[in-house]
Amino acid sequence: MLEKVFHGGKGYWVWVLALAAGVGIGLMAYLYQLREGMWVTGMSRDVSWGFYISQFTFLVGVAASVLMVVLPLYLHDFKAFARITALSQFLAVGTLLMSLLFIFSDVGMPMRILNVPLNPTPHSMLFYDTVFLPGFMVINLIIGWTAIGAEKREVPLQWWVKGLIYLSMPWAVVMHTVTAFIYAGTPGRGFWMTAIMAPRFLVTAFAAGPALLIILCTAIKTLTHFVVTERAIQKLVTIMLYALIIDAFFLGVEYFTVFYADIPEYTETFQYLFLGIDGDCALVPWTWCMNLALLVAIGLLVIPGARSNRPVLIAACIIALIGLWIDKGYVLVPAAFIPNVFGRIMEYPPSWVELTISLGIYALGTLIITALYKVVISVKEETQDL
Amino acid sequence: MTLTRRKFLKAAATSALSVMAVPCISQGFELEGRMSLGPKALKARRWAMVVDMNKCRDDCADDCLIACHEIHNVPYIPKAEHEVMWLFLEPYENAFPERSHRFLSKRVREKEFFLMCNHCEDPPCARVCPTQATFKREKDGIVMIDYHRCIGCRFCMAACPYGSRSFNFRDPRPFIKKINPEFPTRRRGVVEKCNFCQELLEVGRMPACVEACKEGVLTFGDLEDPTSAVRTLLSEKPHIRRKPDLGTGPSVFYIV
Amino acid sequence: MFNKGWVIGGIIIFVAVAAFPFYWYQVGRDKPFPELELPAKEKRCVESVDFMRANHMRLLDAWRIAVVRDDLLIYTSAKGENFEMNLHKTCMGCHTSRDRFCNRCHDYNNVVPPCWDCHFAPSEAVKDQRPEVGVQPPAQRGLRPGARSEVIRVNRKGGKS
Repeated sequence: MLEKVFHGGKGYWVWVLALAAGVGIGLMAYLYQLREGMWVTGMSRDVSWGFYISQFTFLVGVAASVLMVVLPLYLHDFKAFARITALSQFLAVGTLLMSLLFIFSDVGMPMRILNVPLNPTPHSMLFYDTVFLPGFMVINLIIGWTAIGAEKREVPLQWWVKGLIYLSMPWAVVMHTVTAFIYAGTPGRGFWMTAIMAPRFLVTAFAAGPALLIILCTAIKTLTHFVVTERAIQKLVTIMLYALIIDAFFLGVEYFTVFYADIPEYTETFQYLFLGIDGDCALVPWTWCMNLALLVAIGLLVIPGARSNRPVLIAACIIALIGLWIDKGYVLVPAAFIPNVFGRIMEYPPSWVELTISLGIYALGTLIITALYKVVISVKEETQDL
Repeated sequence: MTLTRRKFLKAAATSALSVMAVPCISQGFELEGRMSLGPKALKARRWAMVVDMNKCRDDCADDCLIACHEIHNVPYIPKAEHEVMWLFLEPYENAFPERSHRFLSKRVREKEFFLMCNHCEDPPCARVCPTQATFKREKDGIVMIDYHRCIGCRFCMAACPYGSRSFNFRDPRPFIKKINPEFPTRRRGVVEKCNFCQELLEVGRMPACVEACKEGVLTFGDLEDPTSAVRTLLSEKPHIRRKPDLGTGPSVFYIV
Repeated sequence: MFNKGWVIGGIIIFVAVAAFPFYWYQVGRDKPFPELELPAKEKRCVESVDFMRANHMRLLDAWRIAVVRDDLLIYTSAKGENFEMNLHKTCMGCHTSRDRFCNRCHDYNNVVPPCWDCHFAPSEAVKDQRPEVGVQPPAQRGLRPGARSEVIRVNRKGGKS
């Protein structure tokens, strides 16, 4: 099946080469960071985590959203999703690879990364991430690959693959919950220390994943002969809409608790995010954009006429995705360090090195997803009735 | 039997993995000798520091800072974002932000306090470290960093509510004014902090800052020993700790 | 076999590339084992010479774990002699030069242990002291008595209201 990756049209190869160039640029930036040290990033002793850890958080969420496709299909027998499970699972493979690379880019001593498996530490939440992330990546790769192979040979799925599929369902929830626990378990960072963190991580994941899948399915439909049924798309829209609404509710609950109780340790960061403190307001536009995007996306998607109109739907998905990315992929991580433990404002702008390395990682992940999708689409094009 | 390409690749991968696994398994090594405590080592069940800010004179407040940073090869990095600090000064309102309010006199708000690692009873940094590079020594309560093991993930810096930890964003060596060859430097990419002068305690000396202070501001001793100097001070004078409500149990006390 | 020419040719090229260190660097050249500078006064090491030659890295590894993690300081050798577990004082106290002892053998064996990223050899410490270009001498940054606190706060923004 892998040979399908090497047969493509001109547009395919231009796309692949562009991504490969992105990977090359990112790699060069990484070598620069490796040679110079972490001072070339925008991070500091006050804001000690930044853009890398943010991307890791966002992408784990996208990966966990595979649950929203597998669960209706295998527990509720929603057959329309059978055509997109492989797409969802391979999306998870690509995003988890990116997550792991983002962690790798963030550590100061990457050559010692094996110290994590060599010294297993059950009381560290990061340890669980290093177990569950690669595990989920491998599980989804195996499931997706064998499922596509079975489809190509027109044989039923092996029994053990079904077992893996059922295993992957709780796995997705646990994986993203331990990601939230990294943040929710830190004393002294009021912005993170909230029990709503894990639930909110899950709902934002279950909104971001379907939004991305709808965009991808539409792109695939325009570029190839592979068709995803409207029924499947509309189901994804429903899932995304409810996830967004629950997220908005969770956010509202958090805002109420923080602002009404008004304990400085918890309000200070929110004050910085919404209004800025003493003129320091780098994250203010981002915060307003995020909240606005959430409301606009919900507003568009609740209108039946709008969500059945494909261009409007795509616009809503992009707006939702931007809002969710700002939330988890830009604001959430650095904001908890502002103000710092001494009550001072030390802002964090990501440096060009961080952004270039991130570009490279995104390009690599997209390249992997492209290759996997090429296999899926080639097989599906052969088997589907045109 | 015909050997298909698939079977050949499977067999080759399995053999390669087993060959790679051999050196991982066969790693038994035992030293012939024995190891023991230093003969002059100072012992305590839980080391603690009491800082009497009333005795601290402004004009010599740097002696202890310099003593600490010189003996431990702490670099002086000019850029605040990348600073490395073991023992450092912060005004009252920054050291105790939750106690600070606008009715405090300017003198109190701006009074500078010595800050260092609190060597917590229940250290969040050690809880979150994914490699156990940061750990609390159960014997004497010192929170240590194994610089040979730290991967520089900075989870501990996110977890520490006291800002006691510094990351080596750049190679520290060019920024060390006077090198003390008896104590190693750190290298780029690891986190570092105050170690309560563990290397001096084990040869029977008090911490460098305590030795350097001639005014008796700093008192160091065993918190679990009711007769120790720190316990005597704590029973006599009112004192505070930084962010006690977090339940970390800091071992550094301030008399104000 | 498909593509016979390509496969066999490919194998030959692969072997030629993979084996290049052998014929490129080593053929006809026998690098003599370097002469190590041994301590003039001291004749006995922590353990026997054979043991040290084979296992010094494992001994050092065990030492550092014991010192950092278990608060131990004294090593009693198989012969019953006591040594302080300290690279600088004990090891480098006799083997004073890392260039003429450690590095000669490490270079010969092409191993690069990262010890010197953090540790010093007594004779080399002085050489390492010169600050490199781009670093202000501490005096100009206000590191005079009474000014250290300024240095620490110098770039930080003021406190909250």
